[in-house]
Amino acid sequence: LSVFCLGPGAGQDVGRSCILVSIAGKNVMLDCGMHMGYNDDRRFPDFSYITQNGRLTDFLDCVIISHFHLDHCGALPYFSEMVGYDGPIYMTHPTKAICPILLEDYRKITVDKKGETNFFTSQMIKDCMKKVVAVHLHQTVQVDEELEIKAYYAGHVLGAAMFQIKVGCESVVYTGDYNMTPDRHLGAAWIDKCRPDLLISESTYATTIRDSKRCRERDFLKKVHETVERGGKVLIPVFALGRAQELCILLETFWERMNLKAPIYFSTGLTEKANHYYKLFITWTNQKIRKTFVQRNMFEFKHIKAFDRAFADNPGPMVVFATPGMLHAGQSLQIFRKWAGNEKNMVIMPGYCVQGTVGHKILSGQRKLEMEGRQILEVKMQVEYMSFSAHADAKGIMQLIRQAEPRNVLLVHGEAKKMEFLKQKIEQEF
Amino acid sequence: FQENDASVRLKIASLLGLLSKTAGFSPDCIMDDAINALQNEKSHQVLAQLLDTLLVIGTKLTENPSVRMRLVEVACKHLTDSSHGVRNKCLQLIGCLGPVEKGVAKEVESQAAKDVQKIIGDHFNDQDPRVRTAAIKAMLQLHERGLKLQQAIYSQACKLLADDYEQVRSAAVQLIWVLSQLYPESIVPIPSSNEEIRLVDDAFGKICHMVSDGSWVVRVQAAKLLGSMQQVSSHFLEQTLDKKLMSDLRRKRTAHERAKELYSSGEFSSGRKWGDDAPKEEIDTGAVNLIESGACGAFVHGLEDEMYEVRIAAVEALCMLAQSSPSFAEKCLDFLVDMFNDEIEEVRLQSIHTMRKISNNITLREDQLDTVLAVLEDSSRDIREALHELLCCTNVSTKEGIHLALVELLKNLTKYPTDRESIWKCLKFLGSRHPTLVLPLVPELLSTHPFFDTPEPDMDEPAYIAVLVLIFNAAKSCPTMPALFSDHTFRHYAYLRDSLSHLVPPLRLPGRKLVSSPVSPSITPHEDPSQQFLHQSLERVYNLQHLDPQGIQELLEFTIRDLQRLGELQSELAGMADFTATYLQCQLLLIKALQEKLWNVAAPLYLKQNALASAAAKQILEETYKMEFMYSGVEGRQVVIIHHMRLQAKALQLIVTARTTRGVEPLFGMCEKFLQEVDSFQRCFISELPHMQGSFVDKLLDLMPRLVTSKPSEVVKILQTTLRQSTFLHLPLPEQLHRATANIIEPTGESDNPLRFTSGLVVALDVDATLEHVQDPQGTVKVQVLYPDGQAQLIHPKPADFRNPGPGRHRLITQVYLSHTAWTEPCQIEVRLLLAYNSNRSKASAKIPKSTWSESLEALPQSENGIEGTIPFSKPVKVYIMPKPARR
Repeated sequence: LSVFCLGPGAGQDVGRSCILVSIAGKNVMLDCGMHMGYNDDRRFPDFSYITQNGRLTDFLDCVIISHFHLDHCGALPYFSEMVGYDGPIYMTHPTKAICPILLEDYRKITVDKKGETNFFTSQMIKDCMKKVVAVHLHQTVQVDEELEIKAYYAGHVLGAAMFQIKVGCESVVYTGDYNMTPDRHLGAAWIDKCRPDLLISESTYATTIRDSKRCRERDFLKKVHETVERGGKVLIPVFALGRAQELCILLETFWERMNLKAPIYFSTGLTEKANHYYKLFITWTNQKIRKTFVQRNMFEFKHIKAFDRAFADNPGPMVVFATPGMLHAGQSLQIFRKWAGNEKNMVIMPGYCVQGTVGHKILSGQRKLEMEGRQILEVKMQVEYMSFSAHADAKGIMQLIRQAEPRNVLLVHGEAKKMEFLKQKIEQEF
Repeated sequence: FQENDASVRLKIASLLGLLSKTAGFSPDCIMDDAINALQNEKSHQVLAQLLDTLLVIGTKLTENPSVRMRLVEVACKHLTDSSHGVRNKCLQLIGCLGPVEKGVAKEVESQAAKDVQKIIGDHFNDQDPRVRTAAIKAMLQLHERGLKLQQAIYSQACKLLADDYEQVRSAAVQLIWVLSQLYPESIVPIPSSNEEIRLVDDAFGKICHMVSDGSWVVRVQAAKLLGSMQQVSSHFLEQTLDKKLMSDLRRKRTAHERAKELYSSGEFSSGRKWGDDAPKEEIDTGAVNLIESGACGAFVHGLEDEMYEVRIAAVEALCMLAQSSPSFAEKCLDFLVDMFNDEIEEVRLQSIHTMRKISNNITLREDQLDTVLAVLEDSSRDIREALHELLCCTNVSTKEGIHLALVELLKNLTKYPTDRESIWKCLKFLGSRHPTLVLPLVPELLSTHPFFDTPEPDMDEPAYIAVLVLIFNAAKSCPTMPALFSDHTFRHYAYLRDSLSHLVPPLRLPGRKLVSSPVSPSITPHEDPSQQFLHQSLERVYNLQHLDPQGIQELLEFTIRDLQRLGELQSELAGMADFTATYLQCQLLLIKALQEKLWNVAAPLYLKQNALASAAAKQILEETYKMEFMYSGVEGRQVVIIHHMRLQAKALQLIVTARTTRGVEPLFGMCEKFLQEVDSFQRCFISELPHMQGSFVDKLLDLMPRLVTSKPSEVVKILQTTLRQSTFLHLPLPEQLHRATANIIEPTGESDNPLRFTSGLVVALDVDATLEHVQDPQGTVKVQVLYPDGQAQLIHPKPADFRNPGPGRHRLITQVYLSHTAWTEPCQIEVRLLLAYNSNRSKASAKIPKSTWSESLEALPQSENGIEGTIPFSKPVKVYIMPKPARR
């Protein structure tokens, strides 16, 4: 049994996951992610480690993708079409459905907008997806006579899964990203006592214990509600998938419960497509949505409508979800510029913002922004920050370890220092 | 058992089991055979089935210890069987039949039976999870049968908590709970250190741990059991709500702590800045315990669980623990308030109810109140009403809080005008609980101004009435308040005191005489003059035997009148007074019907008095049904008297029929039925008969042998004399008696606009009613719609239409579908609530065969099984409707 992390970062950095596991003579690649921070060759994992011994297909027995985030599946077309891999790729049904949309979107931005060459094409994405084998939860798939894999529910995003890989009596569990606390649209990760030899766990929040999600939700709803009541407009910059749906569900149910009338808009395009899949994969959501979808599919929003550019100037209160999430470009930035001058309005940042973006600037308290063309934009609107993250915190990681009872634990996808702390803890408690 | 096929033998074994279950079969004869068969049997399935049969036999012969011992021995032998099914059954058998009394075990000197617990305990480590579960269940069974389990099992059970299989864990949690209740104070060591803690605390910690188990079934079970562990020390209890937050290894305060600090520093609801929740001090990495062995954060996890079953269980447990510990109640408040925003309505409702139950122990902070009040905008009526109930009994700390509550309630009122009644009631209690906090708000609320006269508000506006209800109720215990009122407020007071007297209390206003003298509530029931009056008047009535008939009638009439008046005056005694009055009324009717001179008149005049007598009989029957089914708190003794009265009425009916009908044929049947009833009366109330010396039934039973053999005409004659000679039975009063009442809130019956709809189609009418003191409303309460053409419809509301907002109270919110053929002009229909009854279902008369006498009170189709008749118990409400002819 040996584990090798491909390329810098995957092992001890949030950014790109690509792990190679050799188990009883079988080689399995776990995730095939890309790094969003780089624009050169470093963004994809370095597959030369494998190729130096011959062709990829000969070396690898299978590839497993845990979920559709680009840092877990972004390099897949590059890997299979450009480097060359013809073996099976395993992922869950929702991942298989949503993954190509994201890849295509990503390709468009890099190639069509930034004008880069030497990148995978739409056709390559299609060809790559043809090699994918979709799996169900708890379905044991025989890759060959000896190697078998099994998916477990992981929370995090729609279709995220943890995989158990088993050869003979040796077994490894790879968690991908997971969430141990259920939220408004997804359940909690769950695994049985499979006692693997090795548990490869993400550790993004290795040193954090989070507050109850209820406080967060309550704060969020209260703020939105107050602003809407005094006639203000609320801007929520989000990424198209994942937390956006969570917040939509949250607001939708709240509007329903409180009988509110103010319109909620959602920017069109990517999100619309993704919402369609959320409607289809009801079995992957949490108890509440699964139980009530007979009466009404929660993702068929009653109060949330598609956004049109012209709506931003409408009078009266409204709530708008707009992409991208860090206010660095696109629709969210446009709306932000329109609304920033009015102190009745509010912008809520539901996630982390990278340094240098408008999002980061306003969150750190900057009130005068220099826009392109030497314009100065005065920000009078209220700026709020709320963290809606779907990763397991330190307690969640420990809980999973307790559930699975592995013999060894390997922490990946986190910072070295933080992982050191968690390592001590795990050693101490088990 | 000579059959070769195992499945045939299996069936035979199960047949034997069924046979021994049937009453009257003596199972001991087949026991030996069964045991013999057991020894020769090879098939595991048949073995298991045979053991099952033995188990049935054993439970039939519980009083025979030697048989039990033998069975247990047999079971012990088969414990080594290789099949899990057989071992399962053996353990079950031992659990059910194992000796409970220590003494017995010693007497019998049976090796196997000596230590049943040890035998079962050995199977805790069985390789098959099903057997492990069976072993724990057998242990629990022993406990239920009264055996004191040994403490030694505790450590074994603790090991089972980490079992791979959920049923084992689930059973183990139960076992640990049982043990913790048995030995709360004994000391157990903590394995890793030298410390020792109380067993109940240790068990509490372990069960808390199970709240984060992998299987939700176990989680639900653990959360439920936590609630009943009240002996646990407060230190552990408070840990369950504790969750240390950290961010990048630095300690962070929870949002709850921040809110509290903000509040105490006087700064309220500041917008959050980036980094407001920035982590503060560094924490020692060694001190952080990520998976606690203790109770840490159990409820925090339970309340955030994915499954709403777990969340509800956790809320319930919180409620039970908080009721027993005020300090814990204070601490769990934040979490409960958070649950008000759960995504599932049941959970929200449950947490609101929980909050109401513990509200005596707590005072809401302003920020908490804010969150609570935000829920008032919920679109679910149940939630809002539960919240109003909660606000009725919460303590608010500041005058801003009161103001906030009032503002939110008024907002609620404008958004949902149907909540009117509930909001007024809520403000009534809010006002009377916090007079001093309302006082400084009065000028603002009434918008009075020191110099200027402000316009007089509209008297009929619900919002204004709401404000006045709050103020008047506060003014009741705050004499300085009326000085702040302006003139029109006094006028409005007078108006509201009359129109909404249940919401506006009598006030001592300057320059006005007191409206009514309030009865001091401090008087205990025994000293209460009205209670005395009730008893005195009853005493008087019981002596009436010595009076002449005329005097009796007069006395009864007076007493009935007195009692009815008393019932009107004293609401607490209303049930009692009405009940007695009804009884006396029956008696009066009976006496009147039996008056001698009526019976002595010549045959041609029968007609008139027959009509009178049969009407009386019918009314008595009606009244007795009312007495039996409309009052809650009626005990066996009263039921006897009521039934006795009914029997008399039936006798009267028989006599009347006998005198009017010609021919003997129909009489035969009636006589027979009557005698059957007398018989069943005797069977049902055999224990009560000694108390009924000299009564109708007493005499009747003496004559019974004669009655059975004699002709109907003779029977009638005998009945006639006994009925007249029989004495009046005293009605013992029960402790508490409440009359079932219903009040239809909606439709109000005031509308002049007819409800128009196309004939032949249906229209839905919303019916909203409150029911008080109705037992099992789901089964008994019906809605009746009477059309002007005499057509009556009985509608059965769905069980889900009944809500239970408080003890003894129910609320019916349902829709009634109306339809009719076209009318030429609008007309009124009547809607009322009925209480359906069925004498078969009543507690005392379970054996009485269903009566087929034609005394059904209403001419209703008795299609529904189990409804014998109905009693109207609400005032009818008129609804104006107009079915239009359909246009073609």
